[in-house]
Amino acid sequence: MQPRSEIRFLLNDTEVTTGAVGAGDTLLDMLRLERRLTGTKEGCAEGDCGACTVLVGRLSEAGLRYEPVNACIRLAASLDACHVVTIEHLSGPGGRLHPVQQAMVEHHGSQCGFCTPGIVMSLYALWMQNADPDETEIETALQGNLCRCTGYAPIIRAARAVTRYGSPAEDALNRERAAVTARLTALRDGRRVELRRGDSRAILPADIDDLARVLSAHPQATLVAGATDVGLWVTKFLKDISPVVLLGHLDALRRVERGPEGLRIGAGASYSDSEAALCDAYPHLREFWSRIAGWQVRNMGTIGGNIANGSPIGDMPPVLIALGAEIVLRHGENRRRLPIEDFFIEYGRQDIVPGEFIEEIHLPAPQPDRIHAAYKISKRRDEDISSVCAAFNLHVEAGRIVTARIAMGGMAGTPKRAAAAEAVLRGQPWSEAALVAAAERLAEDFTPLADWRASAEYRLSVARNLFRRVFLEHAGLAEPVRLARA
Amino acid sequence: MKDFTEETALTQTDPRHDSAVKHVTGRAEYADDIPEPVGTLHAYLGLSTRAHARIRAIDLTRVRGAAGVVGVLSAADIPGINDVSPTGRDDEAIFATDKVEFWGQPIFAVVAESRDAARRAARLAEIDYEDLPPLLDIDAARAAGDGYVTPPLTLERGEPGPALAAAPHRIRGRMRVGGQDHMYLEGHIAFALPGEDDDVLVHSSTQHPSEAQHMVARVLGIRSNDVTVNVRRMGGGFGGKETQMNLFCAVAALAAKRWNRPVKLRPDRDDDMQATGKRHDFVIDYDVGFDETGRITALDGEFAARCGFSSDLSGPVTDRALFHADNAYFYPNVRLRSHPLRTNTVSNTAFRGFGGPQGVIAAERIIEEIAYSLGKDTLEVRRANFYGQPGDGRDLTPYHQSVEDNVIGRIVDELEASSDYQARRAAVLAHNARGGVIRRGIALTPVKFGISFTATWYNQAGALVHVYNDGSIHLNHGGTEMGQGLNTKIAQIVAEAFGVEFGRVKITRTTTEKVPNTSATAASSGSDLNGMAALDACQQIKARLVDFAAERWGVAPEAIRFEGGRVHVGDTTMRFEELIGAAYMARVQLSAAGFYKTPKIHWDRAAGKGRPFYYFAYGASVSEVSIDTLTGEYRVERTDILHDVGRSLNAELDIGQVGGAFVQGMGWLTTEELWWDKAGQLRTHAPSTYKIPLASDRPRVFNVALADWSENREPTIKRSKAVGEPPFMLGISVFEALSMAVASVADYRVCPRLDAPATPERVLMAVERLRGARA
Repeated sequence: MQPRSEIRFLLNDTEVTTGAVGAGDTLLDMLRLERRLTGTKEGCAEGDCGACTVLVGRLSEAGLRYEPVNACIRLAASLDACHVVTIEHLSGPGGRLHPVQQAMVEHHGSQCGFCTPGIVMSLYALWMQNADPDETEIETALQGNLCRCTGYAPIIRAARAVTRYGSPAEDALNRERAAVTARLTALRDGRRVELRRGDSRAILPADIDDLARVLSAHPQATLVAGATDVGLWVTKFLKDISPVVLLGHLDALRRVERGPEGLRIGAGASYSDSEAALCDAYPHLREFWSRIAGWQVRNMGTIGGNIANGSPIGDMPPVLIALGAEIVLRHGENRRRLPIEDFFIEYGRQDIVPGEFIEEIHLPAPQPDRIHAAYKISKRRDEDISSVCAAFNLHVEAGRIVTARIAMGGMAGTPKRAAAAEAVLRGQPWSEAALVAAAERLAEDFTPLADWRASAEYRLSVARNLFRRVFLEHAGLAEPVRLARA
Repeated sequence: MKDFTEETALTQTDPRHDSAVKHVTGRAEYADDIPEPVGTLHAYLGLSTRAHARIRAIDLTRVRGAAGVVGVLSAADIPGINDVSPTGRDDEAIFATDKVEFWGQPIFAVVAESRDAARRAARLAEIDYEDLPPLLDIDAARAAGDGYVTPPLTLERGEPGPALAAAPHRIRGRMRVGGQDHMYLEGHIAFALPGEDDDVLVHSSTQHPSEAQHMVARVLGIRSNDVTVNVRRMGGGFGGKETQMNLFCAVAALAAKRWNRPVKLRPDRDDDMQATGKRHDFVIDYDVGFDETGRITALDGEFAARCGFSSDLSGPVTDRALFHADNAYFYPNVRLRSHPLRTNTVSNTAFRGFGGPQGVIAAERIIEEIAYSLGKDTLEVRRANFYGQPGDGRDLTPYHQSVEDNVIGRIVDELEASSDYQARRAAVLAHNARGGVIRRGIALTPVKFGISFTATWYNQAGALVHVYNDGSIHLNHGGTEMGQGLNTKIAQIVAEAFGVEFGRVKITRTTTEKVPNTSATAASSGSDLNGMAALDACQQIKARLVDFAAERWGVAPEAIRFEGGRVHVGDTTMRFEELIGAAYMARVQLSAAGFYKTPKIHWDRAAGKGRPFYYFAYGASVSEVSIDTLTGEYRVERTDILHDVGRSLNAELDIGQVGGAFVQGMGWLTTEELWWDKAGQLRTHAPSTYKIPLASDRPRVFNVALADWSENREPTIKRSKAVGEPPFMLGISVFEALSMAVASVADYRVCPRLDAPATPERVLMAVERLRGARA
């Protein structure tokens, strides 16, 4: 089949067909500059403030799903066969306020009003999923939305009250779900899409095999999944990312499958796609999960991307290394399997060659007699980058530590195992003394940097203390040893 | 025609924010949303990449040659004066010329067909620097003795030297208090449209349109009557758009006149944060004497502030730090000195509280020191030091103003009871006594905040009210709307004055064309000043209406009442618009300009004496926190606030201000950390690295109440009190509760001396330091 040279998507109630899309064009600029839909605001252009929140509906294997995303770093080219819903689409006939809007007005949820459209969109997405959320659920939905005026209390009250002003069943997007599904289905023709604006190019492969072919043909291309990192190269560093190859639309690459040998996570699976399966298999990740970015970024960002970008402060690598996860790297028709810890060679250098891509992540099935823990320490609890990330996987049998896999982020130029500390633990009794003794060896494993997130001294102190926390959390104490979310 | 009396969806009492519906639908128009006329150009600033350097050469060849570029502007292109110093000190160039004095200082602007093109081009400048040693912080500036950006201030009363020497107890200490970025969600922006002759119109997001107007005229070498500045609303200001927008307005206007095309200038968030000023950080040295009861006998305080490369508002900001270094406490003998230090960092500026919070937190640290050294509850020490009443010998501030309206005792007593402070404190102590990983802390902190601009001439305002002959009312005043609900409050005042529905009053954008020579919407003064000016305008019109009606219907003026959208003239009742129609036909003037100036205030800075404040606003908060002593992470479990706004103009808006200010104050003292690298570049310059509170950081239980019995003893607008800034300092209760939780690891015998912000790192390091001290 010939490639298509245009993307086609729904913007509110209008079908948009356009070929003039460059590699780094953002949805936000398209909305504000081309369409004059100025209700969506730019606050930071890096996916942290949420003023640009819109909903993107896409057909997944589970049907049409609307998710809040950051328009500022969402690449316009990735919108093929999606339904973009902006704040302008919420009010009913004659300007009748949507229940979320009505609740915000009644509860004094806006002051300066600049963050408000984004907050309304996040609360709208929450309400579609959960009409009567509790405060913790609301806080979680708003992890990606900053408000500088209200102190949030009126917004939380509004979110609690939305259900008084209407029910999701009466909501326009829900009522039109079947029609929109049909329209989006009609837009998906299984063809590769090649977009061009001037010299700037974007390619949406037809399927995974096509992705492999495209990358072989364009080994220097920028591969983009959720654009939660690459988006900033565009908006902050003004980097030319052309040609860009997108993979977020490939359903087959977004699969998360649980089998007897463990979990298989497609490289295109977002955090939101992966959450249920991963946290069911490894319940210790549940609390950790709630501290990864904000909702919008969890809907866009992928675990595969978090590995591939090679950051020493990514949330997932330490967790995956501790669990003994592996990745499948694909180059054309060739595949190789690699323990994740071997992927990270040094700062800025990973074991991957041009044209190669991460196809899958494999996690082993949960094993008996394991003590698992995953901790993220950051300046602000939610939507922050870790100062220290630590993951523990201790095999304890009959009161003795058989093996230990401990990996840390934020402590070196790569996510890295605490080899000296692990060695001390092997064969020791499961005791506070053993963990404290192992922690004392961390200075041999790591020489952390000092930066704006934390000093080297703090990083090392916290990392040591987390060894005590692992023990105390599993010591059956009556008093909690950690601040719970709710 | 609209029937006004049916438009009563917004109730007369506590109407919602007038823009609320526009906010939630995305229809509220901000400066960047204004449709751009054909031919609009975009400017972008080229910023210094050195903290301190001589400029050997500026080569903009590649900038000029970049795609889409129309031209560049640097200092030589300024027809007027290359300076936007708001206090007339001529120390703040728009474009650096021979020297750069901070990382992020504008050197030139590039103007292009699109913002993207201008941004890309701005990065192509080749600037040859000769590096000079930078003074980046307070310690370096003090060590270098490089001097002050503005004259320091001393406040003195009594005999602090001898009194300290004679004090039964004496503690000397030092506290570092970090700065704060405003992080308004809408960044700086100016959109200038050229007009005929020298005219230029600037749409902007400034808290001070008159100053922007004045600065544009000064920079362009034209007159104020050539320049119009419009502000419909801001997406947050918090002081950050008081003076800092002047540069953006001036550059946009300069480019608009130069190319005779509309020009918009909107920096990216990173540039906004690197190129514009923030709250001043301070190093405070204190030397306090006190007796066994914890009562302070003498205090000597040195307040050193990082001001940045120019004065901006550092003079009044550091002055206000001294004015508030007493918080709610009487110091029998006191000497306070400010040190406004010049540094090679961005010029710090106004931020909610304007130096006051830095003074207040010093007072609260001193209370902590005394309490921990005597083994007392901090609340007991606070009470022992509260100001008294006039005539009891404990009412004089360090600036010799008598505190005449002190209600802090009642507020604290009521809050102590309503928050169940004593029982909860006992529970916290019992919890900590069990010695677990999670420790708790609770603190009740008061605030007393002086209201008025200390620049006395700023305490004036104007308003313009028209009643059209259909009975509709047009309101304009000198204040600006940044989310605080100022327009709503003033419309309420106008509606009430005429006895009509709130919805009848049309609130219009602030513009220098309608009300001239306005003051910044700052110092919490917006409704105090502009509300009175609007009321004055209404009263003028009303007096004419009364005269007219008394004559027409032959009744005494006292027999005329305006209420419920109707006018009662003796036994005759008519709709408001009927009276207006009749008055119009009788040629009664239905428009008035109102004016107000705050009475009673005066200030002699050289002598350090006077009455800088018309009155004080009070409040108190109790916060309870939990900390994790393994990581330093924390959580605010509960906060209770009782705040004094006098007789509230709009309780819902006031509660919104109190809750929002508290969380912003808490952010300043917890997770908001500004971090410069060794080269002097700010590395926390966007929300990815600079962490303001999120919804999940707010107190889990959050009770905010207004002191409903309070009324201003001075005849302010409806006996209300200002609300913008005072509650910001209620966030200090979180800081002190964290401190108490830390202190628990050393049995409360050592003052933890937390520096601000108390990030998880500082909390953990303090825990480990105190554990070491105990061992």
